[in-house]
Amino acid sequence: MNSIDSTPAKQGLASIEGSERTLYPYVTGTSVIGIKYKDGILIAADMGGSYGSTLRYKSVERIKPIGKHSLLGASGEISDFQEILKYLDELIVYDNMWDDGNSLGPKEVHNYLTRVMYNRRNKFNPLWNSLVLGGVKKGQKYLGMVSMIGVHFEDNHIATGFGNHLARPILREEWHENISFEDGVKLLEKCMRVLLYRDRSAINKLQIAKITESGVFVSQPYALKTFWGYSAFENPTKGAEGSW
Amino acid sequence: MFRNQYDTDVTTWSPAGRLFQVEYAMEAVKQGSAAIGLRSKTHVVLASVNKANSELSSHQKKIFKVDDHIGVAIAGLTADGRVLSRYLRSECINYSFTYESPLPVGRLVVQLADKAQVCTQRSWKRPYGVGLLVAGLDESGAHLYYNCPSGNYFEYQAFAIGSRSQAAKTYLERKFKTFMSSSREDLIKDALFAIKETLQGEKLTSSICTIAVLGVGEPFHIMDQKSIQELIESSEVKEDEPVADQGTAMQEDQSPEAAPMDI
Repeated sequence: MNSIDSTPAKQGLASIEGSERTLYPYVTGTSVIGIKYKDGILIAADMGGSYGSTLRYKSVERIKPIGKHSLLGASGEISDFQEILKYLDELIVYDNMWDDGNSLGPKEVHNYLTRVMYNRRNKFNPLWNSLVLGGVKKGQKYLGMVSMIGVHFEDNHIATGFGNHLARPILREEWHENISFEDGVKLLEKCMRVLLYRDRSAINKLQIAKITESGVFVSQPYALKTFWGYSAFENPTKGAEGSW
Repeated sequence: MFRNQYDTDVTTWSPAGRLFQVEYAMEAVKQGSAAIGLRSKTHVVLASVNKANSELSSHQKKIFKVDDHIGVAIAGLTADGRVLSRYLRSECINYSFTYESPLPVGRLVVQLADKAQVCTQRSWKRPYGVGLLVAGLDESGAHLYYNCPSGNYFEYQAFAIGSRSQAAKTYLERKFKTFMSSSREDLIKDALFAIKETLQGEKLTSSICTIAVLGVGEPFHIMDQKSIQELIESSEVKEDEPVADQGTAMQEDQSPEAAPMDI
């Protein structure tokens, strides 16, 4: 199975023709949040693709099912996410071709992704993503993360980007083992609402995906109710004329 | 099997559609000392007869641990067996590294079979002269496979390869229906009895055989000599009873058979 590198001659640091490695991301997705719940995993992400500070693309699906047992959510460079989906598609097809009753579970996919991300990091040509991998196989729930430099770990709740700072504190307080589906969705929406208020690259159009032993379900895009009538928002420059 | 003009190259077909070099390679397996394997739903046992060149030398290693959940027993050219075991170990550890998960036995066996097939279709290679009994545990339970030099592989409930393996096979054919639900201890005892059949009169001691066990919650390991000797001795005490049973069984069999012969 070979998939990952371009030819060695073009690899490495900048040559006369110009650099062919990732220097900075262009079209990016913001936070992804994932939690374990009673029957499986719930993952939420908005549908925004920012081009720098412009909220350019508003229908980007950042959560995708992988095989029968896993869900992958990604933040960071969208084109790199699409590359990863291509590699994973190849991996799953290759796995299915064996047709022998064995199948790659979330643990295996997570470790495969870790190897890919770490290898790219070692070549100074990273895939600029933070990935959230969740799934259920044979009753075992699995939720893990891989960063663009190959740092990987598992936990009961995961978040990327701004989610780490704004969502995880809420999850640490309010998440508990065997949380129900309804409570889980409410909890995710609470986190997404905070992100919507405070993360400037967030948009009010999100999807929540769920994976259980019986399969994957990705919701239709919907918006959260917001409230902007706080008195602190009225006359914001009252105390400091000229500021915004 | 007689020498003929179609047997020099592995890439030459005979008019009857046979590849003689491949068949000769399978003959090499029959020359090696016996190896047997049997499995239940949760355990697999491999056993081999230790043959030494002379009294002065040590015996050749015929059972190899490939991973915690896979082991092989070989018969035939042990050098080829060693090299293939190294390949199997390499495949297992590479898969483990990438996926943090044990390689499913069924897939390893197919990879091994494909590797063997390559050697039957290149004029500059020869087939591997070794048969492998692959014992493995995966999500779907315990498995026993036989890989032969031709590149074929089969799954078995129980099997025996090597010299005088037919005697062991006869014993296993009698008892295999009970294996699926056998306990671990019964499986090992059956393995010992099967080995005994291949010895044809020679005394069964722990120095002449090697036993390895693999099961749910029990990683693949070769049993130590002391435990095997104890098992042999404990089954010898009971030997008088099974022999007596077989004696009466034989008499019963003879009575209906004797009737036609009377005429």
